[in-house]
Amino acid sequence: MSMTIIYLAYLVAASLFILGIKGLTKPRTAVRGNQLSALGMFIAVVVTLLDKSILSYEWIIAGILLGGAIGAVMATKIQVTAMPQMVALLNGFGGGASLFIALASFLDPDSATHVVALISIGLTVLIGSVTLSGSFVAFAKLQELISGNPIRVPGNKFINASLLIAALILTVAVVTTPSNPTFIYALVAVSLLLGLFLVVPIGGADMPVVIALLNSYSGIAAATTGFITGNTVLIVSGSLVGASGIILTQIMCKAMNRSLFNVLFGVMAEGGETVDADEVYAGKVTSSSPEEVAMLLETAERVVIVPGYGLAMAQAQHAVRELASVLEARGAQVLYAIHPVAGRMPGHMNVLLAEAEVPYEQLIEMDEINPQFEQTDVAIVIGANDVTNPMAREDKGSPIYGMPILNVDKARTVVVVKRSLSPGFAGLPNPLFAKDNALMLFGDGKKAIVDLTASLKEAD
Amino acid sequence: MEILLLLTLFVVAVFLGVELITKVPPTLHTPLMSGSNAISGISLVGALLAAGSGVGLWVNVLGFIAVVLATINVVGGYMVTNRMLAMFKRK
Repeated sequence: MSMTIIYLAYLVAASLFILGIKGLTKPRTAVRGNQLSALGMFIAVVVTLLDKSILSYEWIIAGILLGGAIGAVMATKIQVTAMPQMVALLNGFGGGASLFIALASFLDPDSATHVVALISIGLTVLIGSVTLSGSFVAFAKLQELISGNPIRVPGNKFINASLLIAALILTVAVVTTPSNPTFIYALVAVSLLLGLFLVVPIGGADMPVVIALLNSYSGIAAATTGFITGNTVLIVSGSLVGASGIILTQIMCKAMNRSLFNVLFGVMAEGGETVDADEVYAGKVTSSSPEEVAMLLETAERVVIVPGYGLAMAQAQHAVRELASVLEARGAQVLYAIHPVAGRMPGHMNVLLAEAEVPYEQLIEMDEINPQFEQTDVAIVIGANDVTNPMAREDKGSPIYGMPILNVDKARTVVVVKRSLSPGFAGLPNPLFAKDNALMLFGDGKKAIVDLTASLKEAD
Repeated sequence: MEILLLLTLFVVAVFLGVELITKVPPTLHTPLMSGSNAISGISLVGALLAAGSGVGLWVNVLGFIAVVLATINVVGGYMVTNRMLAMFKRK
């Protein structure tokens, strides 16, 4: 097949990817968009298989069968609550694929000929390796194979800067001395270490930023792979994905009022005076029971549910949906307030609630729901903490001051479902729990909601 | 000259990506990530060329590993995205 036809087919594929992403701008057109995108991929792959530079198909068929089987099993077996891990793994595989293509190109005397190709190989190895090891650390954290919290590494900034400089020097060495393969293997090793040290210090509520950033890297790695052989479809799709990840990273950082630098180096804002949790809570926290909360809900006309990572941990999404159904059957309006960084990846809560068949029209973004809390009878906070902390709004000395929060304290009554008064990721006490209109419902998120629903049903 | 054309393509695609992605609502951010993961599996195209080339065994082996990883991305990415989007669709 001639190169012209191949490149025209790549153009069609790239257009279908763009239309596919365009479809994702609305829930109604999203499924079709995803199918268009898959069609583009199919065309690109089939056309490439007809390329006359492919001499044998044994390795290809074996690779596609193996990869296809693994991918299909992962996609069907994965629990929706484990979606952040799945995305982390996919990021890693994407980076890994680019890494191995770059290494193969380096060994191919026909493709590693000119400077542009060598620079692209070096950069792909660098970014691909960082994405690969970084994503696996992220996966291990989310899967709780290692602690999901930030792990302090002494001299972290110094280590990362040294590794990055070493990686850049090795990239230059790969380009100037391609005859010596030692440099490229050293580059792989140093870059893998860099990915490791980049992600290890980050954890907890900062994970959405990491996932989005690694998503971006996997796209950029694909784009630089395209520069090795001048493959247009790789460049276009890689840059689309790279842009997507960068934007999500920005949205996540903004929603936490933190710079990317601070997230990457685990810097929390200076804490001013330390706040004593006992002082905040002493004698002011009201503990409640499912029966009492059910009585409140009986007369509530408008209920807003505020989910956080704890909802995912407790697998309470179906229980929450059940409670909402009972409330709606009684004539109440139920909405869900979604903070952009609730959960462990962008959009985590939305997917979780969608699984429990909550209509997406009821999932309301922060800026839209905030003015509505004052007309809300009961706000139910489940597994969310820092994103409801009024210190972010009121206490100028607080480390989280300026972070946009959900103004649940403006609701007539706030019910907080939580195991204990332990602090959230920011390590701060939450004055919300001590407010006059706040009731604490201590216990496991799922059980508390199930009990609440049962009490509400009995009331009829 | 060719490199300049490719760079132009790269930069224009980044701008296009930024314009498109900012219109994706937060509700769909997770499917966006898994869907774009599938798209970045396009590196499969480069992997196929390496795995099927007649240059030498090592190139084929490295290409094979890349084919496996990229295919996981493509198949896993599209399937899991489809699964999630189906949940958003139904009422």
